[in-house]
Amino acid sequence: MAEKKPSFEQALERLDEIVRHLEKGDLPLSQSLSLFEEGTKLLTVCSKMLDEAEQKVVKLRKGADGEPEELPFEDEA
Amino acid sequence: MQRETLTVTQLNNRIKGLLDMDPMLADVSVRGELSNYRIYPSGHHYFTLKDSESSLRCVMFKSSASKLRFRPESGMGVTAYGRVSVYPRDGAYQLYCSALVPEGTGDLQIAFEQLKAKLAAEGLFDPSYKKPLPEFPERIAIVTSSVGAAVHDMIRILGHRWPMTKVVLLPVRVQGVEAPPEIAGAIRYANAHHVADLIITGRGGGSIEDLWAFNDERVARAIFASEIPVISAVGHEPDVTIADYVADRRASTPSNAAEIAVPDWHEMRESLESYEIRSRQAIAKKLTQCAQNLDALRGKRVLRDPAVYIDDRRIELDHMRDRLAAAQDRQLAEKKQRFVKLGSALDAMSPLRVLTRGYSITEDRDGQPVRSVQELAAGDHVRILFRDGRADCRVENIEES
Repeated sequence: MAEKKPSFEQALERLDEIVRHLEKGDLPLSQSLSLFEEGTKLLTVCSKMLDEAEQKVVKLRKGADGEPEELPFEDEA
Repeated sequence: MQRETLTVTQLNNRIKGLLDMDPMLADVSVRGELSNYRIYPSGHHYFTLKDSESSLRCVMFKSSASKLRFRPESGMGVTAYGRVSVYPRDGAYQLYCSALVPEGTGDLQIAFEQLKAKLAAEGLFDPSYKKPLPEFPERIAIVTSSVGAAVHDMIRILGHRWPMTKVVLLPVRVQGVEAPPEIAGAIRYANAHHVADLIITGRGGGSIEDLWAFNDERVARAIFASEIPVISAVGHEPDVTIADYVADRRASTPSNAAEIAVPDWHEMRESLESYEIRSRQAIAKKLTQCAQNLDALRGKRVLRDPAVYIDDRRIELDHMRDRLAAAQDRQLAEKKQRFVKLGSALDAMSPLRVLTRGYSITEDRDGQPVRSVQELAAGDHVRILFRDGRADCRVENIEES
């Protein structure tokens, strides 16, 4: 998991914080505008995450050294 | 007829032979109440079956007893299965019991209730041990069979609802004697290697026997020990297993588990949209507010018409000028008054004033006032000044006083 890119959860949490701040309306305009910009970016990021997410399914096997080994999961039904 | 005398052993063996020949006695089921139930260190179980009038000695050897799925106790109504034979040493017939089924309820039900009571007493179902599920799990471990509808339902629903979550399947057998250690082992393995932040374990519907692995104590303890939150998903809605009681969350079916495990993509879209609307509204409000503030300022005459400001200042300046002039006039008047005062004071000091009071001034020829008789000699001409005129005089005589 990359450090730089926030997880969906983190992005959503920050977004929630920003919207609450904005709704309070007690910030100076310049700060409000920069928060709004950040919020808009986060919205884009979140939407993109949702749009681009592709489910990954793996089957786990215990490797020779006991460490998990990921195998593709094929339909065995 | 000569009676044959038998040894005890011979007689007992004869009776045993008779009983053993009876096919009905070779495979009998008998209903009664357990009493005097004892388990010997050898692992064999000894008990008596009785009803209101009679009793029957029974033995259950270790091999059969180990298959019991409940703990028989004295007083329990049961149906015993087995064969009747004689134990020659005691000269007593008894039931060699191969299986015991509790009366009324199935043996599995009894086992279930017993394990449930035991684990409940230990606190394994205590709500305080229930861990919260992650809101957005990044990896979900599914501990179930890799074949069958359950796993596919879960993967499909997870993918539909929240494709961001990676699904890690830990394939296990979910029925049969190997199932409980495999399920428990997979849960422990998932924990040991941190393969996920949420575990779903379960299987699709089936008979109580099919679901039995999830009533196994080993599975229950593995779920309880799991650091990773566990959702149990066994069978259909009415099926409740021990695993369901121990799990951090019970799902009624595997599909339901997938619904519980992840948020819904479509709902999240909506809530993102609501965030967007809210932040737009908030910023619009802020901008309106700022614009209003600006308008309020603009409304002031100063900004609307700068000339007015200048006019005002001009008027103010005129007022100032007036005030200044007035002040100056006042000061002049004061000075004038003071001058008059000084004038009159000066006037009071004037020699002329002295003359009015009857004094006179004597001047010599040069017009200098004469202050002493010594300045004079007889025959000198002097002028005497009076208030209203002068008199030129000659000094006749001088006398010093």
